[in-house]
Amino acid sequence: MSVAPAEVEVERPEAGEDVVPDTPWVTIVWNDPVNLMTYVTYVFQKVFGYAKPRAEKLMLDVHHKGRAVVSSGTRESMERDAEILHGYGLWATVGHDR
Amino acid sequence: MSDPGEYDDAPEIAEEIMAGFRRTTRGVSARFTSGQAGILRNLVAQVAELVGGPGAAEPPPAGGPGEAGEAADGDLPVDLAEILATGGPAAPPEDPVLARLLPDAYGDDPEAAGEFRRYTEQGLRSGKVAAAQTVLATLPSDGGRVRLSAGDAEAWLRSLNDVRLALGVVLGITEDYERELSELDTGDPREAYLHVYDWLTFLQETLVRALR
Repeated sequence: MSVAPAEVEVERPEAGEDVVPDTPWVTIVWNDPVNLMTYVTYVFQKVFGYAKPRAEKLMLDVHHKGRAVVSSGTRESMERDAEILHGYGLWATVGHDR
Repeated sequence: MSDPGEYDDAPEIAEEIMAGFRRTTRGVSARFTSGQAGILRNLVAQVAELVGGPGAAEPPPAGGPGEAGEAADGDLPVDLAEILATGGPAAPPEDPVLARLLPDAYGDDPEAAGEFRRYTEQGLRSGKVAAAQTVLATLPSDGGRVRLSAGDAEAWLRSLNDVRLALGVVLGITEDYERELSELDTGDPREAYLHVYDWLTFLQETLVRALR
C-alpha cells in the first residue's frame, strides 16, 4: 500500500551526527493520498499562523513535489511542530534541509 | 437508514443532508440520518479503541463526588501510572493503521525516532481519543442536527481525518481513488467502504470550508 511511510521511496534528509552543527533543523511534511488539500492548507494556517497564500503554496509543494519544508529552527521546536502536525494527521518528520 | 418519507419536509431535509456542513450564525452545522450517524459513530469508536485501547470510546468518568469509579477511600487514581511514566514505547506500531496514525518523526534515524516516540506517543494517542470522544458526544446516535462550537468543529476535523487515514490504509486508497471507485466491479467487497470513505471525504471538505 502506498500510504505506509516506510514504503515511499523519496530522498530524505538524514538526521545523523555527521551533519554540520550549524545546519538548521527543519520540519518536513510529506505527501499522502488521504489528507485533503483544503485541510492541509487549514492546518498550516492554524499551526504556523501563515497567511493563506503561503499556506497554499506549501500545500501545493507537498502535493506536487512530494514534500515541503514547513518550518525551521531549533531541534526542540521542530519536534514540537512535528508533534502538533501528527495530532492533525499530517505525516511530518524532523531533519535537516539540504 | 431512516425513511425520508416519514417526514413532511423530506425534500428540504434531503437537501440539507446532501449539503454537508454549513456555516450558520450559531456555529457550523450539519444534519445526519440515523444511518449516517450510526456508521460515523461506529468508525470513530473503532479508531478511538485502536488508538486508546478498549473502553476508549466510552465517555470519561464524571469527576463529581460520589460518582462510581471515584477514588473514594485513598485508592490511587487509575491514570497514576500515566502521570508517573517517564515515557511510552520507542518502537513504531506493527499495525499499519496505527503506524500511519502514530508516524515516525525521523525517517532515517530509528534511535531519534524512538526517543521522540517515547516522549510524544502517549499525548498523541490521548489527543486522538479526546477528538473521537467529542464526536461521539456531539453526534446523536439516531442522527439529526449537529451544531458545533469552534472547538468541537476542530475536534471533528481531526477525528474525521483520523478515520479517513485509517480507512485509507485498510482500503489501499490512492490519489486516484475516485476513478477506482467508478471502475469497481459490482460485488467488490471494498465497494461499500469506498463509498463511506467518499462520503467522509465530502463531509470533511465541507467542514473545512465552513470554518474558513
